[in-house]
Amino acid sequence: MSSLLSFTILGVFSGAAYAIAASGLVLTYTTTRVFNIAHGAFGMLLSFVFWDFSQRQGMPVWLSLFLVLFVVAPLFGFVVQRVMTRGLGEAPVSVSLVVTVGLFVGLIGLAQQIWPPDARTLPFFLPDSGMQIGEVYVTAHQMITIALSVVVAAGLYLLLNRTRIGTAMRASVDNPDLLKLYGGKPSQVAALSWAIGSSLAALAGILLTPVIGLDYYELTLLVISAYAAAMLGRLKSLPLTFVGAMGLGLLQSYAVAYLPSEGAFAGVRAVVPALFLFAVVIVMPQAQLRIGQVKGLVSAPVPSLQRSVGWGVGLVVAMAVVTLALSDSNLLLAGTAATYAMVMLSLVLLTGYGGHVSLAQFTFAGVGALAYAKLDSPNLLGLFVAAAIAALVGALVALPVLRLTGLYLALSTLAFGVLMDKLVFQASFAFGFNGSLPAEPMSVLGIAITEPRVYVLLMVMFFAAMAVALLALRRGRLGRVLIAMRDSPAACGTLGLDMRWFRVALFGMSAGMAGLAGALFAGLRGTIAATDFQLLSSLPLLLLAVVCGVTSATGAAFGGVFLMLLPVLQSNHPELAGLAFAVIGFGAVALGRDPNGLANLGFKLGRTLGVRFGPQVRGFLPALPGGGARREAGSMAEPTTPERTPYDDLAGPRSGDQQEEVAVGGTARG
Amino acid sequence: MALLEVDDVVVQFGGVTAVDHASFAVEPGRITGLIGPNGAGKTTCFNVITGLQKPTRGHVRFADKDITSLSVHRRSRRGMARTFQRLEAFGSLTVRENVKVALDIHRGLKGLVQRSATDIDALLERVGVAAYADERADAIPTGAARLLELARCLAGDPQLLLLDEPSSGLDESETDAFGELLQELTREGRAILMVEHDMDLVMGVCDEIHVLDFGKVIASGRPAEIRTNPAVQKAYLGYSDDDAGAEAPAEQTRTDLAPVGAGGYADPYDEGATTVIPAVGGPGDQETR
Ligand SMILES: Nc1ncnc2c1ncn2[C@@H]1O[C@H](COP(=O)(O)OP(=O)(O)OP(=O)(O)O)[C@@H](O)[C@H]1O
Ligand SMILES: [Mg+2]
Repeated sequence: MSSLLSFTILGVFSGAAYAIAASGLVLTYTTTRVFNIAHGAFGMLLSFVFWDFSQRQGMPVWLSLFLVLFVVAPLFGFVVQRVMTRGLGEAPVSVSLVVTVGLFVGLIGLAQQIWPPDARTLPFFLPDSGMQIGEVYVTAHQMITIALSVVVAAGLYLLLNRTRIGTAMRASVDNPDLLKLYGGKPSQVAALSWAIGSSLAALAGILLTPVIGLDYYELTLLVISAYAAAMLGRLKSLPLTFVGAMGLGLLQSYAVAYLPSEGAFAGVRAVVPALFLFAVVIVMPQAQLRIGQVKGLVSAPVPSLQRSVGWGVGLVVAMAVVTLALSDSNLLLAGTAATYAMVMLSLVLLTGYGGHVSLAQFTFAGVGALAYAKLDSPNLLGLFVAAAIAALVGALVALPVLRLTGLYLALSTLAFGVLMDKLVFQASFAFGFNGSLPAEPMSVLGIAITEPRVYVLLMVMFFAAMAVALLALRRGRLGRVLIAMRDSPAACGTLGLDMRWFRVALFGMSAGMAGLAGALFAGLRGTIAATDFQLLSSLPLLLLAVVCGVTSATGAAFGGVFLMLLPVLQSNHPELAGLAFAVIGFGAVALGRDPNGLANLGFKLGRTLGVRFGPQVRGFLPALPGGGARREAGSMAEPTTPERTPYDDLAGPRSGDQQEEVAVGGTARG
Repeated sequence: MALLEVDDVVVQFGGVTAVDHASFAVEPGRITGLIGPNGAGKTTCFNVITGLQKPTRGHVRFADKDITSLSVHRRSRRGMARTFQRLEAFGSLTVRENVKVALDIHRGLKGLVQRSATDIDALLERVGVAAYADERADAIPTGAARLLELARCLAGDPQLLLLDEPSSGLDESETDAFGELLQELTREGRAILMVEHDMDLVMGVCDEIHVLDFGKVIASGRPAEIRTNPAVQKAYLGYSDDDAGAEAPAEQTRTDLAPVGAGGYADPYDEGATTVIPAVGGPGDQETR
């Protein structure tokens, strides 16, 4: 009995902290239509600041708390809104996700750079006081947390219902255009809500740190608990968010109490938010299609079959020459780059063409690798089976969100990544706890490929073949439909397209491509471990893919190389490890609005140079395979109309939002 | 026999009642106009009919079947298609590809085994966007993009066409040609329900008109009846004095082509009262691009 009570109090305590975090998330999302994946990262960074003030600099706790909650955090939220996320609410979900994932990664990098890894602790508030309730001792920290959640709830209620700007904020939840009627300035409302959101993230982080530790990742992943709770209120309703948070806190606490702590259930505590999220997503009602499209966002460059084959063959030949000069360890790196490039190709399909975002693409690669490692003397068939398994898992992940899309799909992938990281990959049938698995090299036509150079070339061939196939798909009927679905789901629906299974298939295909890459990687490396496929490496992957250009195969190739170089740089210059993340993260914040990325700049440059110097250069060059030289400046993908930047023509349709809230076209018209 | 029946539909957004117990019907082979001041709930009606918006209450019947709970694509497959007030062209595809996609969607798996008899170029020619066939849909003028949306609808050979302000962005001669196209389409047996701010066009081509105001159907009838209906005049002009004259609204149409201020939100409660004539022609949809 007493244990039930004490676990209940523990649950209410975490529930209270989740409620504080989640209400900040809901506030920023509803008022600005930007879902801040970095909400937990805000809390993490600001908890470090609090630690710095109170522990390192020795300021009194109350002063540090005051400074963080009422000065640093609001200022930080304000600046982020003004400088980084402004106007993102109008952008497609994929763009606002990439930018906030950029923040997520960038802030982790920043924190690591400022406060290098070290053992740090934050004491409980009033560590020696507490109260005996019956047989259970409730600490002061727990009571403070619970009380603060009540204060936050009351404060938000008063703000939203009793103040002018609060009324404006509430109006913007249902209809941003109503905002102006209430005399609210959207920019003020946005800045205020991000300032408050940031403070709430800080408060939740500071309250939870003594329990979960001052850890870059654990605190950052707090966002999953927060949005799992908020999902109950469809990311909109604050009261339901509080209910969701309490439910989640209690569930998690009871899971610890009553599930066996050994064996298969050992990791369950960590994945309760993910499971809770899936459960909520499944019972959520069907979303309505979004109206209010984002126009011609991506000028997906599509070269002809001849041309793409030409470049593919060229790439393989070039790599055949280059690999001659590489040492074994560098060959391994080249193979790694090819793996990453293939995973990025899977993002070209999903994000570049399909407009959906996966935050756990490496996890799918891990599924493929795991399946491959289980094979005896794997051959091409085995490779494809491994890929098919990954595809199936991908489709399964997309299944619960058959009725929901965009943001919810992306959020589910993040939860799925955690689930795999903490539960499945650690299980004894997989890699085992901190374990690894041996994988045999693949054999083709009965000959095992043990020579690393040949294996790497094989991987490059796979990359080239996948790129050619992808571009062929893009040129065809299916590709057209994909682009149409991305450009205007509402039009596709009213033309009679059932998009749900399409999305599942798209997601499965993309996961299958990632799985294939993972399987090839397993064969290359010989041993693989769960750490090779961590969720958190999926985020830099996504960011680099977008920065390099998630709409072209060329972007994927370069992205793969850069991602491979990242750990190399980090191990050569450990002091810069955090900085590298920060650069990638904030680079994505800056460049994430244009998914055509650097590759497209290259195409443009190539074209300009081609026009100027093409005739002379052509005179010197032998014809490229596949008639590549017919075009002036070579590039894997042919630029079509890359001139317009994504926002040039974004004349205000409210979108960017999950489809369920219909941004009806007529709304904003006068 | 009505092809489409909207029966006692109510749509509420929070406190706002966008559609208020609206009932009206659309007959095959006819052009039905749905007009009303800004914010009257016309687009919302379209969304309810096509399934993009769940009604708070009420029913929609199409070809004698209750379709209120059908999904968007199922309704479309039963033979309705729509254009959007705010363009929903597939911006990064070319005009021809836009229609190809529509055709592919319409034909589904059948399209894989069997060539379509539909001649896309003829279709583009027919609606008048052949000149833009190979341009990206987000690079063509708005008027053309609206016609493109119509072409896309026609690729599926629908029985019912729902057109939301199709003529805004067209010049006078283009509007005339467009009116003729509409009549031709109805002669093929199709029904057309059209939301339109251009009163010349509405009065010229519609067989029947329903007038919405604050979500309520305040009048239904032939163009001549609507023109002289005092309730309609009041809704549009804010007064129904005789000196406003029966012809007053019609005289001053085409204002919808004049540029209108910010094009932002205008309070419907304001609009009807303060804007005099232009409310008829209405600001319409000033471009979404
Ligand atoms: N998604 C929505 N959320 C909240 N309110 C909405 C929404 N969509 C429409 N409304 C409101 O419903 C009312 C009717 O809007 P609707 O777009 O149907 O009018 P309309 O007759 O098409 O006007 P217009 O001539 O300007 O196109 C307006 O007051 C509008 O603000
Ligand atoms: Mg409208």
